[in-house]
Amino acid sequence: MSQNAQTPGTPAETGETRRILSAADIDRALTRIAHEILESNRGAENLVLLGIPRRGFPLAQRLAAKLAAFDAFDPESSLGQLDVTMYRDDLRRSPSRVPWPTVMPPRGIDDATVVLVDDVLYSGRTIRSALDALTELGRPAVVRLAVLVDRGHRELPIRADFVGKNLPTSSREKVRVRLSEIDAPQDRAQPQADAFDEVVIEG
Amino acid sequence: MKHLLSTQELTRDEAIAILDTADRMAEVGQQSVKKLPALRGRTVVNLFFEDSTRTRISFETAAKRLSADVINFSAKGSSVSKGESLKDTAQTLMAMNADAVVIRHGTSGAPQRLATTGWIDAAVLNAGDGKHEHPTQALLDVMTLRQHRANLTGGETQGTDLEGMHVVIVGDILHSRVARSNMWLLTTLGARVTFVAPPTLLPVGTQHWPARIVFDLDEALAENPDAVMLLRVQRERMHAAFFPSEAEYARWWGLTPERLDALDRAGATTAIMHPGPMNRGLEISSEAADSPRSTVLRQVSNGVAVRMACLYLLLTGDDAQ
Repeated sequence: MSQNAQTPGTPAETGETRRILSAADIDRALTRIAHEILESNRGAENLVLLGIPRRGFPLAQRLAAKLAAFDAFDPESSLGQLDVTMYRDDLRRSPSRVPWPTVMPPRGIDDATVVLVDDVLYSGRTIRSALDALTELGRPAVVRLAVLVDRGHRELPIRADFVGKNLPTSSREKVRVRLSEIDAPQDRAQPQADAFDEVVIEG
Repeated sequence: MKHLLSTQELTRDEAIAILDTADRMAEVGQQSVKKLPALRGRTVVNLFFEDSTRTRISFETAAKRLSADVINFSAKGSSVSKGESLKDTAQTLMAMNADAVVIRHGTSGAPQRLATTGWIDAAVLNAGDGKHEHPTQALLDVMTLRQHRANLTGGETQGTDLEGMHVVIVGDILHSRVARSNMWLLTTLGARVTFVAPPTLLPVGTQHWPARIVFDLDEALAENPDAVMLLRVQRERMHAAFFPSEAEYARWWGLTPERLDALDRAGATTAIMHPGPMNRGLEISSEAADSPRSTVLRQVSNGVAVRMACLYLLLTGDDAQ
């Protein structure tokens, strides 16, 4: 989860900024992931998408819209949001965070193929927390992981099943995902729905 | 935030962070597994020098839902009755590695003393001190008010304050720490506070408080406030003759069935709040306590959520640079 909420367009404090994915790239990656999910699940049956706040949830919403367009996926009943704050292993070491809501999909997650959706896969610790949180909410048949960016540097034996972009990075660099749902300035009228979408590397 | 000692020192942003967190915690109460691992391995000591059932149980439930270990300590039947000082009691508990101390004490300022003297390095939560403050009660009342408004408007509670709300607090303002904590917190969050009390139950110096004072309950209720909060008549503190008789108190300052009817006839959306335990027939009639306007039970369940939020926010991030 990228915690440093930076306003879009603000240049990085130090070093250069490289844009890795544009809005169109993000959209194409999500389209491919949606097809891959349907392929591996053999359709949309028993499929549940759970986005991890903050930016995993808008990504899950977009994936859900694509799944609904390609196949018989119902976002109303099968899309949810899973907050993992209370399950993190760094609660004492990092500043207190206010948890985000957890919204269970109305169909529940028991015996479902749950696809966790997050923006950046890094150490793997967020996903570990998500797996713990899931066990308290139900018992899915299968749990998969979809991420927009996999930047490496895993600290736990966790891997993604569906990856938008593999991005070799140095651990000194910062990967920032900006999505219009969250990062668009609120006071300005949006020219386009995805006008503020991008993935950049800073530092 | 290291301690929670009063609502007077809480900023608007801190209060809203606690309330938003409490909203999340309330969802845990609906889950099949009502437990979060956030405070696993941490120890919370409930240090109660004054009698309390609901606050202690509420804190205990809150700590346990966050997987903390809870030690209950009440002054009765402990070394305090043998004359042990607050300092020695506190340091004994610290030697047992407590991470948080929830303290209720009959003396105003006791939690402050515990937090600022360096006797202990645990987080201190004020669960009511003398006539001073009872911050978690005010926070749970505000959480209830936020839900009340969101229910009426169909809006969200997340991130909102109480701008423009009007709350009438009735009864023993003199002895009430609940009234003081609520006044500070409601004002910080943009609500307007009116106190209604017999003149004998008002402290000296209320002109410096951010609250309007009236002596006529019907006059205050005629403004259709968003909520009316009845304070308990604290019989244990009524050593002097503050009012002639209980029947007279009920007639002048109690929420009688007639006053409830008047609210209904005016079409008011006033919520009826009470911190509990209620003296039915004295400050609140049974009709009012059991009416659909009453938020008394909602306040109790919100109490657990608010205390979970406070424990969580005080006990996480403590090793952060």
